Order: sequence, then C-alpha cells, then structure tokens
Amino acid sequence: MKILVCISHVPDTTSKINFTNNNTAFDTNGVQFVINPYDEFGLTRALWIKEKQGGSVTVANVGTSVTEPTIRKALAIGADDAIRIDADPTDAFFVAKQLAALVQENNYDIVICGQESIDYNGGQVPGMMAALLNWPFVNGCTGLELEGNSATVTRDIDGGKETSKTELPAVIAGKKGLVEEKDLRIPNMRGIMTARTKPLTVRPAVEASKQTNILNFDKPASKAAVKLIDKENVAELVRLLHEEAKVI
Amino acid sequence: MSVIIFAENWEGKFKKATYEAVSYGARVAQTMGTPAIVVTIGNLSDDAKSLAKYGATKTITVAYNESFNNAVFASILNQVAQQNDGSLIIVSGTNNGKMIAPSLAIQADAALITNAIALPESTSPIKVKRTVFSSKGLAMYQSDAARTVISIVPNSVGVAEVAAAGDVEPANTTADASLRAFNVEKVDRVTGKIPLPEAELVVSAGRGMKAPENWNIIESLATELGAATACSKPVSDIGWRPHREHVGQTGIQINPNLYIAVGISGAIQHLAGVSASKTIVVINTDPEAPFFKAADYGIVGDAFDVVPKLTEAIKAYKANN
Repeated sequence: MKILVCISHVPDTTSKINFTNNNTAFDTNGVQFVINPYDEFGLTRALWIKEKQGGSVTVANVGTSVTEPTIRKALAIGADDAIRIDADPTDAFFVAKQLAALVQENNYDIVICGQESIDYNGGQVPGMMAALLNWPFVNGCTGLELEGNSATVTRDIDGGKETSKTELPAVIAGKKGLVEEKDLRIPNMRGIMTARTKPLTVRPAVEASKQTNILNFDKPASKAAVKLIDKENVAELVRLLHEEAKVI
Repeated sequence: MSVIIFAENWEGKFKKATYEAVSYGARVAQTMGTPAIVVTIGNLSDDAKSLAKYGATKTITVAYNESFNNAVFASILNQVAQQNDGSLIIVSGTNNGKMIAPSLAIQADAALITNAIALPESTSPIKVKRTVFSSKGLAMYQSDAARTVISIVPNSVGVAEVAAAGDVEPANTTADASLRAFNVEKVDRVTGKIPLPEAELVVSAGRGMKAPENWNIIESLATELGAATACSKPVSDIGWRPHREHVGQTGIQINPNLYIAVGISGAIQHLAGVSASKTIVVINTDPEAPFFKAADYGIVGDAFDVVPKLTEAIKAYKANN
C-alpha cells in the first residue's frame, strides 16, 4: 500500500493569534508550529496500515523551508520519506493543484489528510484534490478499514453516522476517530535520529493561480465583563437569560 | 446572472440551515439585482414552494433516488449554475455541504470561500468575512474568480424572511456517471437527541464532573432546557463521553444561542470551539478559571450544588411562563 499523507504546518493549539502589517498578515512572532492535529491522526492511521499490510508512508507539505522542522517531526514519528513542494501555500486551490500534480506523477493507493488545518480552517484542500483527480472523497472521516483494494469509511453526518465503501484510490479527510488521542506517537530519540537521514525531497511548484485573496484580518469583539450571579440565587440567572440575553 | 442556492434536505425535510442558506442567497441576490435560484436534490416531504418565504425566486427540484454523492451533487449544482449564468453559489457548511463545496468549486472553476459568517461586504468582486484560526480571528476574503462558491457557518447569519415568487419547476440536469465517489452502504441515525451542531442551546461539562456517572445532573439540565449535551476534550479523550460531544478547536466548533459550561476551566483550545456562542454561562468552583473572562454570566460554585438548583429554577420558570 503506497500511502501519501498531506500535512500542514500550523500554530500550536495554545497559540495566541495576532496580526501584523496593518492587520494584513498573521504574526508568527513567538508562535510554535506543529503538525496540524487533524493531519497527525491521519499520519498515525497511515503508519498502522503500513505496519499491518506493508507499504510505504510518504508525507507531503506545500510550504517554504520554514516548514522543514514540522516535516522532520513527521519523519521522526515514522513516515518513510517526505516531499516539500516549495511554495508559499497562498490559498486552498493553489495547494490542491500542487498536491494533485504530485499524486498524478506517483501511484499512491490512498491519500490521507486532516479534514481541515487549524490555521485557516478552510476544509477545502482534500476535497479539491479529490475533484481534480476524480477520486472518491470522504470528509470528516472517523473510521477507515482497508481490505485488499477496497476502503470502508465512516463519517459523521448531521444527526448520525454514514458508512461507505469504494475501490482505491481515494482521498480521505479525517479527524479524531481515525485513531484516538492516546494512539498518537511522540517521536523517540531513535526516531529523531533516523529522521535526519530520511529523504526529504524538495520539489518545485507547478504553475497554478490562486482563487482567493485575504484583504485583512481582525479579531472577534471581546466580551464585556462577566456578570457574576450568587450561587444561592440561580433564579436570577434564569431571569437574565430570559429577559436580558433572550436565549430562553 | 443569478445566485444559485443549494437547499439541503434530510430525508425529505428542510432544516433551519436550509432556510438560512436560502435567505442568505436571496439577500445577496437582491443586492446584485439578480434572481435567487434554489436547488433541491432528492425526494421531498416538505413543500418546495415553502422556500418562497425565504426568498427563492424559483426552486428547481432535482429527482434523485440514490444515496448522497458529493461529486454528483456538485455536478447537479454546477449544471444549474451553467444553465442560469450563476456567478455565485451558496451552500450551508453542514457535513454534506463541506463535502460538496470543494468538488463544486473545481467543477465550476470557482473560487471557494468557506466558513462565511456574514453577508458579503461587496458583490463585485465578492468580499466576505469568515472565521480563521479556529475562530480566534476573522478575515475578509476576496474572490479572484468569475464564479464564487460561498459556504456559510450554520446558525451564524440566521434565517430571514424575504418574500418571493418561489415557483417550483423540475430540473434539466443529469447525474454524471463518470464522477467517482464512495458508495453509501449504511446510515445510522442517533435518534431522540438533538445533533450538537444544530442545537440552539448546549449544556457542556468537563473534568470538574469528576466521574462519568455524575453526568446525570448535566443530562437533567439539558433535558429541562431542551438542550444538546457536549463535553471538553479531556473528558472525551478518557472516554467519559463520546467523541461526537467533544467541542473545541479539534472537536466540533459550535455557535449556539446559549452555551452553559460546567466544570470546564476554559483552555484556549476549548474557547476556540465555543467562543462564537451568542451567550455563555460558566459554572465553576474556581473563581480564577479563565473561562469566566469569556463568559457573559458566571456562577462561582460547586456543580453538584448549582446544576440541580438551576434545573429546578428552569422548571419553575417554565411553569410560570
């Protein structure tokens, strides 16, 4: 099984988000970057597949050289090799075009991604890639079983779950459930050492336009100070929820 | 020109997210001075004509008896867009909407802007505000393409009534068999519970509950309110509650009208998933819990004491109103 795992290089979940250049750019100052958590579930699931039925796990990232520590971490966790497509990931369409071009040149059996990145949260790249390739696509995938050349997946739907099946190849956009939080692997010293010598190929970007532009950023309005209600007077809370907040 | 709107149905029925998408599209169409053309796919038990109330200039009903197929649904919407010179296509960011939108953007050669939370600031070019960084930030996106797909966050813009003709006509579209997709084998519906992303009221609890068996007081409060239940990440990770209840940055992001957080300290990752809630109530023993800074109302106290009292107070309020 030849598996491609697409990873994004994103601010750690604890990061405080600030903007710079007159609110036109994300301020990376002091921000710790990590593998996108949704992608990490997919990477771990990919390693399980490889361990069970053999094959290889390649990680791909569209980014400039700043993303290499994140890619090395994926190698330390257990991916066999990595490809960095050397470009600024300006928008989802551009990134999807890059990844689709990579997939077209290599015979991957399955592409596993996170359902969204925790920076721009577009949730667009996996679906666009699948559409460009005309491959079956599942989003929000919480279960993946492979048998021979077929894949059975589970995803959340509004008010339930859906199970579906396809012949490979396919694009999977997953989340927790692909593996559990406790299954995530922390790179050990040996992993970190071997990651240094694993192949990380840098590939030039293919020609692609972008379709969207960010004009500016801002932050959600901050809340007014909390109104504290005495614990012996919860009826007052109910009154406020009804009369002031008008939510009940 | 026209605005094309996907009016999703669930086993034949429309939901609030459908009406929200239709009225969003209709309002944009009004600004643009173009018709709002609504598309339904599959058999309906609700009346397609009812979408007129939310601004459908015309509703095109597509006969379709198969299971959900993101590529085919996208292709149908694209065909309607091509037939009607649709320059803007609106979908709701439901679970299915999230699967359709990227396929549609590729098929229609359109720019895609997901997670929109407001009407466009401009329609030529399309400029619309959306959330980024898991709702820790907002960004104004501009479409650089001739055609644009906007996917809106459910319950972010709200439903508006916009009177329109809403004549219903059958579609002239085909299901393109060359498009590859997963084949649905089985659908399991959770019955009797309000799905979390659709809930207008949510009662959520965290490690402060001490043990999974203590959730009965949370369930009672939720039942009394008619609310959905949710939980923090640690609680879902240790298996006290199912994953589908985990709200936060890497769980479900929600924006209910009321979010009551019990025994949740309010880590930044949790806040990222719930901060879009219109009203937040925090109940915590620790007055220094960071969640109080993000809350509208707070009670410093023990959940085991406060929550049952709150349930009683809601019951009393309901009896008097």
